[in-house]
Amino acid sequence: MSDTQNSNDVLVAYDGTPLKQQLAKTTRRMKLRALLLTLPLVLFIIIAFVLPIGDMLIRSFHNPTGTNVVPNFAEVIQEWDGQDYPPDEMIKVFVQDLALARKNREVGKTVGNLATRVNYEIPGSRSLFTKTARKADKITEGPYLDALIKLDKKWANENVWVTLKRVTRDYTLSFYLAATDRKYDENENIIRADELYRIYLPLLYKTIALSALITFLCFLIAYPVAYLLSTLPLRTSNLLMILVLLPFWTSLLVRTSAWIAMLQTEGIINNIFVYLGFIDDENRIQMIYNATGTVIAMVHILLPFMILPLYSVMKTIPPSYMRAAKSMGASNFMAFRRVYFPQTIPGIAAGVLLVFILAIGYYITPALVGGSDGLLISNEIARHIQSSLNWSLGAALGTILLVVVLALYWLYNKLVGVDNLKFG
Amino acid sequence: MKLTKLLTGTAIGLAMAMSATTANAEGELTVVSWGGAYTKSQVEAYHKPFIEKTGVKINSEDYNGGIAEIKAQVEAGNVSWDIVDVELSDAIRACDEGLLETIDHSTLPAGADGTPATEDFIEGTLYDCAVANIVWSTIFAYDSSKIENGPKTMADFFDLEKFPGKRGLRKGAKVNLEFALIADGVAAKDVYSVLDTPEGVDRAFKKLDTIKSEVVWWEAGAQPPQLLADGEVAMTTAYNGRIFNAVAGENKPFNIVWDGQVWDLDLWVIPKGAKNKDKAMDFLKFSTATEQLAAQASWISYGPARKSSAPLVGTYATNASIDMGPQMPTSPANLSNSVQNNFEFWADNADQLNERFNAWLAN
Repeated sequence: MSDTQNSNDVLVAYDGTPLKQQLAKTTRRMKLRALLLTLPLVLFIIIAFVLPIGDMLIRSFHNPTGTNVVPNFAEVIQEWDGQDYPPDEMIKVFVQDLALARKNREVGKTVGNLATRVNYEIPGSRSLFTKTARKADKITEGPYLDALIKLDKKWANENVWVTLKRVTRDYTLSFYLAATDRKYDENENIIRADELYRIYLPLLYKTIALSALITFLCFLIAYPVAYLLSTLPLRTSNLLMILVLLPFWTSLLVRTSAWIAMLQTEGIINNIFVYLGFIDDENRIQMIYNATGTVIAMVHILLPFMILPLYSVMKTIPPSYMRAAKSMGASNFMAFRRVYFPQTIPGIAAGVLLVFILAIGYYITPALVGGSDGLLISNEIARHIQSSLNWSLGAALGTILLVVVLALYWLYNKLVGVDNLKFG
Repeated sequence: MKLTKLLTGTAIGLAMAMSATTANAEGELTVVSWGGAYTKSQVEAYHKPFIEKTGVKINSEDYNGGIAEIKAQVEAGNVSWDIVDVELSDAIRACDEGLLETIDHSTLPAGADGTPATEDFIEGTLYDCAVANIVWSTIFAYDSSKIENGPKTMADFFDLEKFPGKRGLRKGAKVNLEFALIADGVAAKDVYSVLDTPEGVDRAFKKLDTIKSEVVWWEAGAQPPQLLADGEVAMTTAYNGRIFNAVAGENKPFNIVWDGQVWDLDLWVIPKGAKNKDKAMDFLKFSTATEQLAAQASWISYGPARKSSAPLVGTYATNASIDMGPQMPTSPANLSNSVQNNFEFWADNADQLNERFNAWLAN
């Protein structure tokens, strides 16, 4: 040991390696161990969160249906200038591609896929493609355009060809346009959709407004409850806490169904009102299957998310502060406003953020009690993912929602400061 | 060490679980349908005799319609459903998108009377990838204990003055637009040609406007009988089998109005790449034979898709005093003013009209 130290003039470990090296090795091992410990979480986040969301983001602007179904046509049509009709040799390629796609019937590369894609842009054109494809292999000589028009006169519509050129490009803005109630016109200009078909932007505004209302109502109800919980003696407050937590532990579906039983027109509340003579039997109040139902049920379901952060913050405020304020001559209200309330702001901030972000993406409760006008944007997203199968539009709507939430979070951070949050 | 043990343990467990599923898959068939009384009718009429005959174990799964699951399974290359009961428009779309196995109609068994299958099946019930088993219908119904001298026509459904009270309608454009046009005086045979014009769509929505404030929207087939029973609505559109079951099974005083009914098909399809494709095909042939279709009709009031089954339809399986014939959407009296759901129209226009419908609903 001492020999080595003398000869090299560096500190060495017991086995003769330089201490610095040994230290680096140990640190590296510790880092590796720490990494391995977090690996399950990291992998989980990547697999369950980053990859699906990334995939969703990509689907919203990347839709290779056109190139999958009619690959050769997709290549040649891009050289067309968009005036009148494409040259006949391009249409020939199109007809051949269609016939081939119909013969192969490969998943994701069928005429049906292309038809669905074009139908998003020109509603009602789906059967034009499926019908034409059935006869595409019969068309063997030009002029191909005339042959197509003979099959179906919709092929004479120049917009079909302009749209075909557009959908055979892999990257597209179409779905973001649709998600903001806009579309391309015949000349590739972006225009607003017909008023009767505008749905997503109004729904997005409504989702934000209802979420804000729900958050506000939660705050109004939760603040006094949390105050009571934090000031009562432990035994009573524990009992009350169980009352808060019991619904929290109950299944979401059970709670929502319970509200249906309570609020429906033949339900408990209406029956009581009729019995007490507030309303007559003919004019029962519609409290469910509309926005009212959504707000009532969601306020109840999200309430614990407001109460708990408020409670944990209020619990840390010593009662002596209020007494001190009063001893210096502050009225009850003044002491509350100047001393107590400012100290609860971190709890309010946390509760508001939690409830608002949960509310804006809420899905099951509005689906069950929202009826016609109590639906939120997430219900439309679910519809496109589950039943209309327009995954790209669903993805575009989801992306917009994500961006809105992030923007609001950013704004919130500017106003309140995320460092001020206190979840307990 | 512990971690390695745990990992090995998990790996062995996984391997065992996987080998277990593959082993089971050899003698199994996963049949997917709509659940409730409908699946029960299939279990009684198809599954039980099929299990008895072949010894294949059948897993019966429920779903809510649509082709999302089939699409996801086929595209992921991991198809766990072997045979699925779908609606016509979904069958056509899934077939167009290459998600289904094609079915050779000549291999279907001939009718009990020897008629080849291609002639025995009612016209428009055999498709490249799908074979129909039943004809079902969307009708409207009311509680006869609450409305005396009840509604008779589709126009009555939209007449709030003559019949005040809430109306139940399925949330979606399909069928509602047809109903609205029929109520507005369009002849059943012209419904789709009128609906194919922008004016026709406006006309249908205008008619729906007249009852919009009184409508309770339902989504699942089990809801309308419940809405009627709870008195939430005075009358509601519904699937005829659900109302029949409430009447025959639970003695509810509901009446079906067949005027303006929109009938549709349910069909068997086999997802492309199904693990037990051959068995699924055997099951398909077995269940769509004359006797099986007739047997199903004794459990639920949906019409068999084969002509040769109709004469064999008898009485309700659990109550012999109910004759099933007049309960069928296909019975001549019920068909007198009816529309067949036009799958092509809806394949073309469903996206757009649902969008308009949802925009209309939210305003």
